[in-house]
Amino acid sequence: MADLLLELFSEEIPARMQKRASEDLKKLVTDGLVEAGLTYESAGAFVTPRRLALSVVGLTDRSPDLREERKGPRVDAPEKAIDGFCRGAGVSRDQLEVRDEKKGQVYYALIEKPGRAAGEIIAEVVPNVVRNFPWSKSMRWGSGTLRWVRPLHSILCILHDAEGAEVVPFDVDGIVSGNTTRGHRFHAPDVIKVHSFDDYAGKLAAAHVVLDSASRADTIWNDATNGAFAQGLDVVEDKGLLAEVAGLVEWPVVLMGDIAEDFLGLPPEVLQTSMKEHQKFFSVRNPKTDRIEKFVTVANRETADQGATILAGNQKVLFARLSDAKFFWENDLRIAETCGAQWVEKLQNVTFHNKLGSQAERIERIAALAREIAPVVGADADAAEEAARFAKADLSSEMVYEFPELQGLMGRYYAAAAGKSDAVAAAAQEHYSPLGPSDDVPSAPVSVAVALADKIDTLTGFWAIDEKPTGSKDPFALRRAALGVIRLVLENGVRTSVGTVIAFGLSQNGASQPTSNDPDDYSGLDRNVDLSNFFHDRLKVYLRDQGISHDVIDACLAMPNNDDFTLLVKRAEALQGFVKSDDGTNLLQGYKRANNILSQAEAKDGVEYSYGADVKYADSDEERALFAALDTAEGAITPAMEAEDFGAAMTAMAGLRGPIDGFFEAVQVNADSEVVRRNRLNLLSRIRTVMGQVADFSKIEG
Amino acid sequence: MSVVEKSKPRSFQEIILRLQAYWAGKGCAVVQPYDMEVGAGTFHPATTLRSLGGNPWAAAYVQPSRRPTDGRYGENPNRLQHYYQYQVLIKPSPPDLQELYLGSLQAIGVDMDLHDIRFVEDDWESPTLGAWGLGWEVWCDGMEVSQFTYFQQVGGHDCKPVSGELTYGLERLAMYILGVDHVMDMPYNDPDALIPLSYGDVFKQTEQEYSRWNFDIADTDVLLKHFEDAEAECQRILDAPAVDPKTGKKIIMAHPAYDQCIKASHLFNLLDARGVISVTERQAYIGRVRTLSKACADAFVQTEAGGAAA
Repeated sequence: MADLLLELFSEEIPARMQKRASEDLKKLVTDGLVEAGLTYESAGAFVTPRRLALSVVGLTDRSPDLREERKGPRVDAPEKAIDGFCRGAGVSRDQLEVRDEKKGQVYYALIEKPGRAAGEIIAEVVPNVVRNFPWSKSMRWGSGTLRWVRPLHSILCILHDAEGAEVVPFDVDGIVSGNTTRGHRFHAPDVIKVHSFDDYAGKLAAAHVVLDSASRADTIWNDATNGAFAQGLDVVEDKGLLAEVAGLVEWPVVLMGDIAEDFLGLPPEVLQTSMKEHQKFFSVRNPKTDRIEKFVTVANRETADQGATILAGNQKVLFARLSDAKFFWENDLRIAETCGAQWVEKLQNVTFHNKLGSQAERIERIAALAREIAPVVGADADAAEEAARFAKADLSSEMVYEFPELQGLMGRYYAAAAGKSDAVAAAAQEHYSPLGPSDDVPSAPVSVAVALADKIDTLTGFWAIDEKPTGSKDPFALRRAALGVIRLVLENGVRTSVGTVIAFGLSQNGASQPTSNDPDDYSGLDRNVDLSNFFHDRLKVYLRDQGISHDVIDACLAMPNNDDFTLLVKRAEALQGFVKSDDGTNLLQGYKRANNILSQAEAKDGVEYSYGADVKYADSDEERALFAALDTAEGAITPAMEAEDFGAAMTAMAGLRGPIDGFFEAVQVNADSEVVRRNRLNLLSRIRTVMGQVADFSKIEG
Repeated sequence: MSVVEKSKPRSFQEIILRLQAYWAGKGCAVVQPYDMEVGAGTFHPATTLRSLGGNPWAAAYVQPSRRPTDGRYGENPNRLQHYYQYQVLIKPSPPDLQELYLGSLQAIGVDMDLHDIRFVEDDWESPTLGAWGLGWEVWCDGMEVSQFTYFQQVGGHDCKPVSGELTYGLERLAMYILGVDHVMDMPYNDPDALIPLSYGDVFKQTEQEYSRWNFDIADTDVLLKHFEDAEAECQRILDAPAVDPKTGKKIIMAHPAYDQCIKASHLFNLLDARGVISVTERQAYIGRVRTLSKACADAFVQTEAGGAAA
């Protein structure tokens, strides 16, 4: 048993690729070793900006010996066949063994594959992994053909145990494996010789390299938060930034600096974004003022002046960046105070899509849609229209040009500066939401109206020009937009016919309904059906995640007003609960049985049994009981459906279970008397009709 | 190193002179700026064309660069429409290129013991040159001071061997080293010279003049005509038969054709600054310049300097 230590030492590896690379290294090397017959106890991978390292503990010394017996041709087989067998088995003729078998004498070959030393296997596996490493982007350098993420300089590869360490010798395109590495680029650039993993980690630590990225991240976070805490401040948490910064340094040194007073009036999000995007600084907030007042930067070294020069340099760069941001902010505010007229005008020259006109034209359409939608979401139509007109204005602002990720948020600040109401300002920010499945859905009525209008215009626009998502291609994020509409409607309990809103959107985008300008133009109708189906598909995906099965959704989609998503989901939830209940499962069986008998009879007789069951032809108590039960259920279901009280409708249906079961147990539908038979078939059809008021049970499986 | 070299430089030109001396000392041919308007040092044929083919190459030079849209009439402390880049191209890239680069920073007065130098991922791509490479932007105390790239492809051709390219933004780097906040205040020559000149003394007026011309005066119809002329001439040059009837020699005119490509590229930048190119047209123009640069690269690799057999 020995331990393997491997280090691939290169020029700076991009921070965002480091974690994945260390995982890949571990998997590829250990898989290769195991495949070759070695076993190991544990393995750990490490990564810094300049090195990928792997430690494999408790590796077996050799792969096991393998012995294989192979049956060959008969001794009297043609020479050619016997020679071929020898070649295949890798043995000479005189090594063959002859055995007596029923059919005569047969040659046997004994193939022995001795196990191989771990070093030999490693020397094969590692170069292979290096040559085929799955970097997302790799490069060549110098005159070589080897690919790595950045030039690879050296490979340390040793096998070590209590007795000592040995280099595993190999060569990858001229890079010869060895037992040396180097420390920190500036603190300890000289060669370091190592003989074990502990020796390696210890010597690196002494050479200003923290091998483990998690401990670098911990050091950064602890030093930053402690430093802030001492001054009564908080570091704004940002896990992504922390991981990135930990990937930029081998020896993290946290430095905290001030943000000049001039910039403290900037919106905190602007400070945060500018510092993070450009400088990879953490923001430090003063909980008393709720302002971002300081920053934390992480240097890669210690200096004699305790980082004073480094901090001063960083502060200077920040000053220049924030001067730009302040310049943008002040220019923008001046324009915002004139209600952003200049911005809206500028959007006339910005193409949204070459077939769908400019951003300004799109805003007109969104404004009209927002007006249309406002009443159903409880928003004031004028406010909704005003919000829609202002919501995209910030796209022309200098700040959003510089930091696109601040779109919407800047709109909110600028709307406030323009003297707009809080509702209108909030809509500027919230109308993009929800962006993803976990993003919050706005609930303020004006925001909901504009958010729906924005998404419906996008969807109907691209449907009108036939740019629908196909397979994995969805360049305009239309699936996300549809899911956004669904969540906005459902989470706010909006009651509206989505089909009508789509029709409005389509006609604004030039795909008309036959009733508009051109009585012969049906293009909008087809597209409306198609887009409605798209919504239904998205809705199925969404509801499946909520635990509603696809057949239950189909049973509800088959009902009228299925473009009122809130109603649809209310029905589906009640139905899902019902079909899972004991009553529901049994009733479903009864329904299926009735439906099967009925369908067969209808097919055979060529008529539809749908009307005229009369209790006077009933000749058993069970049959009469079913008549009575159906009367009762119908009497309860009809008003329940009118009141959209699906719970009451399900309870009423549950009352049918017993009588239907009783009916099928006691009564033969195909009676000798044709009158009785027809009456019974008509009775079964009542089951279908009464239950069909609630949902189309024929779609439910089981 | 002499005492003078170790000391801090005192002027913009001293930084340039030290870089020239440093890279000359490392064996680069100091080839001087290209005599045409370009957007960046990469456009110099000593980089674009010489990074192609198998012949070794090592060159360093200052390249005046023009970005018409960055004009700020000389008012902005950091932005200029005309500025200088220092460019180094070595093919094949030497294994110690990072160390050589760090040595150059030391040569211009960056004390490695006090500053925090970092190599931060930044992949380089030039859509107009049909070129890309991997590398970093080099940060000094959080400020980007250089671009460091291993060329992988230029003009649509794989770079074999790979060139290492270093680009220093001279004004920004010099301002940092000299501790100046506004570019126009930076000493251009030695502040103790008989006639001390600041960067502003040399360039303030030209920044104003070009800013006005770039943004408001340049005749867009004429620029457009020039663009089309350059495009046509580039193609015409490359379409000429390889063998010159007068001398009877094979003379492929890759460089004259590439000059026209450089012209077209700069004219596109001027048109862009005049705001007459829409978002959709932009891509089409970039594509037209890329077609030219690819054609020039195709031609260059047929020449001796481009590695073709003589």
